Amino acid sequence: MASDLTENTTSTAPRVNNPIGDRLFRGALIAAASLILIILISMVAVMFYSSRLSIREFGFSFIIGQVWDPIKGEFGALPFIFGTLVSSLIAIVIAAPISVGVAIFLVEQAPKSIARPMAFLVELLAAIPSVVYGLWAIFVLAPFLRVYVQPPLQDVLGFLPFFKGSTTGIGMMTGGIILAIMITPIITAVVRDVLEAVPVTQREASLALGATKWETTRIVLANASSGIAGAIVLGLGRAVGETMAVTMIIGNRPEISASLFAPGYTIASVIANEFTEATGDLYLSALIEMGLILFLVTFIVNGLAKLLIFSVTRNTVQRS
Amino acid sequence: MGNIFEMIKISVSNLNFFYGKAQALFDISVDVLEKEVIAFIGPSGCGKSTFLRTFNRMNDTIPIARADGSVTIDGTDIYAPNTDVVALRRKVGMVFQKSNPFPKSIFDNVAYGIRINRIHKDKADLAVRVEKALYDAALWDEVKDRLQTSAFGLSGGQQQRLCIARALAVQPEVILMDEPASALDPIATQKIEELVVELKKKYTIVIVTHNMQQAARVSDRTAFFMLGKLVEVNPTQKMFTNPNEKLTEDYITGRFG
Amino acid sequence: MDQRRITNLIMTTLTAACAFGVVALLILILSYISYQGISSLSLSFLVETPKPVGEGGGIGNAIVGSLILLGLASAVGIPLGIAIGTYLSEMGSGWYGTIVRFVADTMIGIPSIIFGVFVYVIVVLQQGYFSTLAGSLSLALIMIPIVTRTTEEMIRLVPKSMREGALALGAPEWRVTMNIVIPAAMTGIATGAMLSVARVLGETAPLLFTAFGSRFYNIYLDEPMASMTVQIYNYAISPFEDWHDKAWAATLVLITLILTINIFVRYITRKKY
Repeated sequence: MASDLTENTTSTAPRVNNPIGDRLFRGALIAAASLILIILISMVAVMFYSSRLSIREFGFSFIIGQVWDPIKGEFGALPFIFGTLVSSLIAIVIAAPISVGVAIFLVEQAPKSIARPMAFLVELLAAIPSVVYGLWAIFVLAPFLRVYVQPPLQDVLGFLPFFKGSTTGIGMMTGGIILAIMITPIITAVVRDVLEAVPVTQREASLALGATKWETTRIVLANASSGIAGAIVLGLGRAVGETMAVTMIIGNRPEISASLFAPGYTIASVIANEFTEATGDLYLSALIEMGLILFLVTFIVNGLAKLLIFSVTRNTVQRS
Repeated sequence: MGNIFEMIKISVSNLNFFYGKAQALFDISVDVLEKEVIAFIGPSGCGKSTFLRTFNRMNDTIPIARADGSVTIDGTDIYAPNTDVVALRRKVGMVFQKSNPFPKSIFDNVAYGIRINRIHKDKADLAVRVEKALYDAALWDEVKDRLQTSAFGLSGGQQQRLCIARALAVQPEVILMDEPASALDPIATQKIEELVVELKKKYTIVIVTHNMQQAARVSDRTAFFMLGKLVEVNPTQKMFTNPNEKLTEDYITGRFG
Repeated sequence: MDQRRITNLIMTTLTAACAFGVVALLILILSYISYQGISSLSLSFLVETPKPVGEGGGIGNAIVGSLILLGLASAVGIPLGIAIGTYLSEMGSGWYGTIVRFVADTMIGIPSIIFGVFVYVIVVLQQGYFSTLAGSLSLALIMIPIVTRTTEEMIRLVPKSMREGALALGAPEWRVTMNIVIPAAMTGIATGAMLSVARVLGETAPLLFTAFGSRFYNIYLDEPMASMTVQIYNYAISPFEDWHDKAWAATLVLITLILTINIFVRYITRKKY
């Protein structure tokens, strides 16, 4: 029909011939989007509400409280905050340089035919479930450390408080190492994206001045520095929230010790272990309050990471 | 042209260049004379940039690129198997189409090449060299009070002169310029062109340009490329008033391209 | 110059060592799982339910349980995720879209155990028992933001010209989206969904206090449900070597499933040059 031909066809113009269909469709989409908003708000609200008993009882001293005694009804989060922080820091210290190294190799040095399959294999590490890493840590990593790594370390560096105590293989060090393995793929993936986002002209400028490959790589790293920082922070966020592997290998003792060989306890682990056995409302409330702390910590850390990464990769596809 | 006492700086013989199976340059033979400015002109995709990049082996960064034939600088074949490419690139500097300063201060940008090549004797010497390079690039007066500020604070034209200073700092003998003013406004362009004329006193300059008036303004000789072949090379004056080839004439008068 | 060359060589070697080391670690772990797991693997293992130590038994109910939990979670999570992702790409450039996107991004970073805590409070505590429903819900909540993001990215990749071509023919916007744009992005959307499935297949923590686990075959929504991950966990932390062996065998089955999905997705999305 002639009138159809004169219809305005820009995508933002109001449609004349099917307002109801469009309205219903858009309405459905908005409803779905609103649902996710509702979910997050509910989660925060529920967690605050369920921790109110514990918040009222302990207030701020919850965070600095060192005693976790369900029988006496005394709950302090410090050992778990300590355990989470220390195990995650160990993980970052190990994983960050290695992941950056892998990313540099894959982006700057390896020929495409090697880089692509290798990148895929590194990403596969992220697909292995946490509980499987825990299983492997219990039966392979821990015994290995107990026999081949911890005794020599103690022999040489045992005068330091970090290497004192019995070397059982179960504890903070193993927890940190398994975490390092688990966060390596995500840090590598983000650093790869960030390095690839650095314009080729930066590399060309360096090479044209007579720089070696490595000197040029340093220029690329200078360009990507905030993105690399963001990747590492993202890895930290992951490490902080990891549950199963750590629970299976860290010893689950709420102690604060300077020794890397000592057992520890993380926020996620205590929730996983004691949640279903929490007798009493205060006990459960304390656990949920710890979940709230964990939630807030990961929220802040991940937010910071995204800010740093975004400043470099403005236009590229982002990974989770 | 025709002065037999002029030294040949770069000599290209029967150069064929390939990207994988696709051939980009066909049997190019041309000489570049010492301390001249020679312009490469031609329509987009004619291979002039590819050819330029063979002089400092920048094409090496592309894995499937391959050169067949000889390119000699000061008599040495730069594609010989044991060539020190890093040293070559110090001798043959490059300025790119869009300025690409490093995310560093103005001073550190210019100092970069000096530092990695360990040209300087000490910190004082480094500062002297940086100043000289900036001066030679006609940028010193504009930045002397803010050497420690970020290079990104400069205008486009200033950044490009900074890149030239950076290239000059490593004391090259040849400067390759790949459409250095194409991203700049007319005033900045003029500054660059004046700089090229000044630099020619000390350096051999090869400049790729799509702007024929620019070629006419700054170069001593001009080479016209088309579809990977060298059509004609002649003194600029002759090229633009009475070229040998009809193809050249058609391009210059705007019949195509 | 020699010193620069040496530095260059050292750094190249170091980075290569990192890369090959990490890949070697992966191969090491996978090999170990295969080696340990294969000996306890048998048909009966795949079909039977767990039994007391020394009496055999297997992960049959756990496999079925995982599939049921996954199926339910996907039935809710994937369509919802696609819908939200569609919203974000079609209508999400305003302030509301920015908020929704931010929420989705935030949820991806939340440790999965928190979802378990949430569902525990609003479902398990209210009902008074562990259930398949609770378990699937927690998994669905994990899947939604992942599918949302991948869907949005994939739809954005559909060229504007395709959209405009359909609009120019007089099609209403909703039809263009449903019949042209989403089908065009379908491979990407499907792979995103598959990856989210592979991800929640490996989840344990949220299930610990929602579906809890079970020693029996079960299909009812209001009863606890076994899953491979929880079963592996239980086997692994037990003091019995027999059960440790079973943990490895179960791991082998789980890993095979997850890696197959990942490799399949990679195969579909390989770039053809």
